[in-house]
Amino acid sequence: MIPYYYLGSISLVVIGIYIVIAKKNLIKIIIGLDIMDTGVNLLLISVGYVKNATAPIENVPGPYVDPIPQALVLTAIVIGVSVMALALSIAIGIYKKTGTLELDEIMGVEE
Amino acid sequence: MKRVLALTLAILLFIVFAMAFAKIPFGEKMSNYPDYYNPIENQTSNMSLPQHYLTYGKNDTGATNMVTAVVVDYRGFDTLGEVTVLFLASTGVGSLMYVEDKVKRKVRRSNAVVETGSKLLFGFIILFGAYIFIHGHLTPGGGFPGGAVIASSFLLLYLAYPKFHAEHKKLNVSESLAGLTFVIVGLLGLIIAGYFLYNFLPFGLPTYLFSAGVIPVIYVAIGVKVGSELTGIVDAMMGVRE
Repeated sequence: MIPYYYLGSISLVVIGIYIVIAKKNLIKIIIGLDIMDTGVNLLLISVGYVKNATAPIENVPGPYVDPIPQALVLTAIVIGVSVMALALSIAIGIYKKTGTLELDEIMGVEE
Repeated sequence: MKRVLALTLAILLFIVFAMAFAKIPFGEKMSNYPDYYNPIENQTSNMSLPQHYLTYGKNDTGATNMVTAVVVDYRGFDTLGEVTVLFLASTGVGSLMYVEDKVKRKVRRSNAVVETGSKLLFGFIILFGAYIFIHGHLTPGGGFPGGAVIASSFLLLYLAYPKFHAEHKKLNVSESLAGLTFVIVGLLGLIIAGYFLYNFLPFGLPTYLFSAGVIPVIYVAIGVKVGSELTGIVDAMMGVRE
């Protein structure tokens, strides 16, 4: 039986993929990328979890959770923030040039 | 039509991912020994990687928080690359948001409660951020969350005062000095012990503030750098206002 932590994070990733494919607004696509990012981070953290264990800070005795996924996710969050900032500023630039954020109107596609 | 296709693809991907992750155990104890076919006789090299970090990390690095030990000491070079990525993103946002004609947007003045409250809270938020990144090797947190908290205090000032602008030159100076500190500490380790980012300072007693060698120095540098870079991003996105 698959644990529901994995199910939740996988569904976040899949929701992000659906938004990126189906939506046509640039801001919505960027939000979809962010949701995908969150899902991947949650998945990594839940892989490193150990039952009845505490955070890996060695003041207290007892079993600790795996510290490596947490360190990797710390990196991934910062990279996600910088990707988000760059994507949003590119979207602002596109809006200033074309006056719209809809992909169809930018590409000149007729419905 | 496109939505139906996207939905089908999403459901298919969900099934594939769920089948792939169903075999990965959740919440079980970490094994002491990796499941290699012919394990080596040496005791220390038989441990799995997280067990090795949790057992020897305190003696190797002097840090109490093992996540900090992994981020700054074991994988310090990775963190240097991460800080470089953040610097590149900040530079990219600054160059993309550059406005030539300096069109000034009209911004309404906020009311007295917001102004006074943000003026009062500004110092406390900066203090809290500094606390987080100074104690990065002892408590949860570290340079990246501390820097984000400091940037949020500047964001509060941007929201409360329409004419507020952080000085770009001071931001650049603090950012460059922090990045330089990181690289110089790494190079000092290279000179003294022959390894880049070697922990050459004395470790001190664990769980005390002055412990863990170069880890607090590097984390303070990262905190200042992340704070000034995120403030620069906020400043660039706010544009020219009046």
